[in-house]
Amino acid sequence: MKYIDEFRDGKLARGLAQAIRAEVKPGRWYNFMEFCGGHTHAISRYGVEGLLPENVRMIHGPGCPVCVLPIGRVDSAIELALERGVTLCTYGDVMRVPASGPLTLMKAKARGADVRMVYSTLDALRIAQGEPQREVVFFAIGFETTTPPTAVAIKQAQALGLTNFSVFCNHVLTPAAISNILESPEVRKIGTVPLDGFVGPAHVSTVIGSQPYEFFAEEYEKPVVIAGFEPLDVMQAILMLVRQVNEGRAEVENEFTRAVTPEGNEKAKAVVAEVFELRRSFEWRGLGEVPYSALRIKETFRNFDAEARFGIGYRSVADAKGCECGAILRGVKRPEDCKLFGTVCTPEDPIGSCMVSSEGACAAHYTYGRFRGGAARRTG
Amino acid sequence: MCLAIPVQVVELLPGDQALVDAGGVRKEVSLALVEGVGVGDYVILHVGYALHKLDEQEAKRTLELFAQIGEAAPSTAGSEALRATNG
Repeated sequence: MKYIDEFRDGKLARGLAQAIRAEVKPGRWYNFMEFCGGHTHAISRYGVEGLLPENVRMIHGPGCPVCVLPIGRVDSAIELALERGVTLCTYGDVMRVPASGPLTLMKAKARGADVRMVYSTLDALRIAQGEPQREVVFFAIGFETTTPPTAVAIKQAQALGLTNFSVFCNHVLTPAAISNILESPEVRKIGTVPLDGFVGPAHVSTVIGSQPYEFFAEEYEKPVVIAGFEPLDVMQAILMLVRQVNEGRAEVENEFTRAVTPEGNEKAKAVVAEVFELRRSFEWRGLGEVPYSALRIKETFRNFDAEARFGIGYRSVADAKGCECGAILRGVKRPEDCKLFGTVCTPEDPIGSCMVSSEGACAAHYTYGRFRGGAARRTG
Repeated sequence: MCLAIPVQVVELLPGDQALVDAGGVRKEVSLALVEGVGVGDYVILHVGYALHKLDEQEAKRTLELFAQIGEAAPSTAGSEALRATNG
């Protein structure tokens, strides 16, 4: 496909690999976190780590919405579907996230709950329009990329006068999660997660722009390079990070100029600001309670807020015993450090959330990286 | 979850909708989140919505930059070995 294939070209990749190899300084480590699961997936799938010099280490970040969704929230969605009799619509990735019990939305469906996988929020709206006797709830998750489509759906439901449609909102914010990582004891004090820079989000940044990351460059003196999700984009971003580190710079640079501008998508930001407001705090799997890190539906759209309509409360639930998803999401551990990895926890039968989505660090490593010796050697 | 693909707008439809071509597959998507998109433009498509117009000039410039960087990089023994194994 145009604008995809060109950014996966092997010859250009080798050229970029040579450039990185030529510019890294021997005797020092370069530790970069790719925030997004999309980057984690690209790095694993295309063997980018194998093209990097030994002293460039990629740390997987928490930017996988399915992975950071806490069990308690999935429990609430399952309860809505199983016990409150609603038609629960959600994206495909969410269907297999393990909840308590050991239930998933998929298993709840097998038990008779009306759970439907949708491609778009517009599909959920169509279901609500077509089946006015059903109470339809859209289980919304995702970062800033996925938030504007939910906002549009809520506004459209209002315009259509729908009374049987609501949204269970779990949208989360990227900058808050980056702050949380930079403030974590592992990075700030203990130093078990050395961080020299970030590969910044691709599609999140098409919406929010490159400006929100300037704070991290200035306040924490960490370079950020926004990169597209194709392997050449990631490699070019790594080269740009290596150059910043070598030159002692900490700036926000943009590799993904074909879709990201400093200000982002003003129209999308405006509709999000109209419909949503900040939550004081939100629990993330792995990161715990993170202040001002998620969105809820504004009072003016209360009729479309499933939490208000069904009185959904929140109960925190611990991860499965032995599961290292939390430490993996913070960059403290790698998938192969988890005892469950590849034994009882596999993509076919995941125990932890990082094994569910293809963007999850464990799923990506299981699918593409397990047998690559180089990646394993660099662990630790 | 944040995955999105570049698709080309084939036809503008009523109600902020458009018909797009995704590698030969035609699909109706929403243009509610973008402005100034016309037939022939490429947009970044995510969960049924165009999120941003793709700047074709910038894409071209980025690819040219990749090629220049590769040409300028010194060839090393390590990368020669890589070429030998990767084909």
